[in-house]
Amino acid sequence: MFSWMTDYSDLVTDNWQGYADGLWITVQLMVISTVAGFLLAIPLALARVSSTPFFAWPAFAYSAAFRGTPLLVQIFLFYYGLPQFDAVRDSIFWPFLRDAVPCALVVLSFNLAAYFAEVLRGGIMAVPEGEKEAARSLGMTPALTYRRIIMPRAIGIMLPSLSNEVVQQLKGTALVSTITVLDMTGVARRLTAQSYTSEPLILAGILYIILTYLVSRLFKIFERHLNAYQIR
Amino acid sequence: MFDLHGYGEQLFLGVIVTLELAFVSLFFGVLFGILGASAKLSSARALSVPVSIFTNLMRGVPEFVIILVSYFGLTNLLTSIVGSYVEIDPFVAGVFALSLVFSSYASENFRGAFLAVPKGQLEAARAYGMNRSQIFLRIHLPQAWRFALPSLNNQWQSLLKDTSLISVIGLEDLMRKAMIASQVTKNPFTFYVATAVVYFVLLAISVPLFRALEKRANRGVRRN
Repeated sequence: MFSWMTDYSDLVTDNWQGYADGLWITVQLMVISTVAGFLLAIPLALARVSSTPFFAWPAFAYSAAFRGTPLLVQIFLFYYGLPQFDAVRDSIFWPFLRDAVPCALVVLSFNLAAYFAEVLRGGIMAVPEGEKEAARSLGMTPALTYRRIIMPRAIGIMLPSLSNEVVQQLKGTALVSTITVLDMTGVARRLTAQSYTSEPLILAGILYIILTYLVSRLFKIFERHLNAYQIR
Repeated sequence: MFDLHGYGEQLFLGVIVTLELAFVSLFFGVLFGILGASAKLSSARALSVPVSIFTNLMRGVPEFVIILVSYFGLTNLLTSIVGSYVEIDPFVAGVFALSLVFSSYASENFRGAFLAVPKGQLEAARAYGMNRSQIFLRIHLPQAWRFALPSLNNQWQSLLKDTSLISVIGLEDLMRKAMIASQVTKNPFTFYVATAVVYFVLLAISVPLFRALEKRANRGVRRN
């Protein structure tokens, strides 16, 4: 009656090493692309709210392009598409784009930056006008106002949305298994192909649920820390 | 660069499959989203609690994993029922997985939307002697629809992009056609850029469509 339970315990005892390796790749992909995406998103968001079309337009086009196309297409475009050009293969970026993992990291970071930038733009616009005026009347330069007042406030306001984007990104990393990366999904897909059962994939799904939960918990703690001044 | 090497027609056929998949999944996704929301709002805890837990868990699993599990899982299920190896149609597995994902999110949106309809409206409907299904179809749903539409728009955008993942389990959609054309012609960049442009245009077209839908849904609302 409980044969499915022994199925899973066999699956775990036989393949825990594979799952652990896959999990580690997944976590690395998520963390590195989140940090890189965030660093890219700050200048993008600033350009997006800029009143100069010279900055605002390219940032808008970038956001629209990455948010308006499927991540899978982007991954294939970078991994299979770019090497079509000799110029890419001769460039200094080639050793980086040639391998699946760094290439996946580049695409994931570019993709997330577009989503982050939109969220940050919303945050920058949501900072109360009075706070910006107060900073100016204290004699802060525009750059200092952004650094000390607007950006920290924007990030604080938008933290729940940023957290959603990170969870989306975690789920997006599953797509890198299509370009041969052995992340958690990649490991599960290989086991499924060997055994013709769906249990390895279901186990991966359960691990993703746990990971998602941990990420959102982490953001909740961070949120409480960052927005500590708000009385609840 | 934009020479499609005679694959233009194939890509077009792929777009048709992509749209079919997206629309059928949208239909079932909205349907199950409304049913899921009704279950979550039900006073029977035996119904509301399991549905809430299930949709919360579903939202933590990558769409891609749900698609793969649906494909292999449904194939195994069918095989064990029939007794010999039966492979499920990728289109069916795709609709199953995508509407599951869609309704997991949509049920939460609809739940909020149903709650946002003022209670007095429902009481007035009851006072007029409408029965439960009349209240739901004539008063509750049309007004909740108005609140749900903006987030349904976002979900639809994700759904349309997620259809590309079904190519991995072998559906001959736009993405699959692009993969085949890339391999044959050795021009992957051209075909993936063309594919990206098609998805971009499809998503761009749906923006004014949703705006029109929202305008229609809000036709009874007075603006100051």
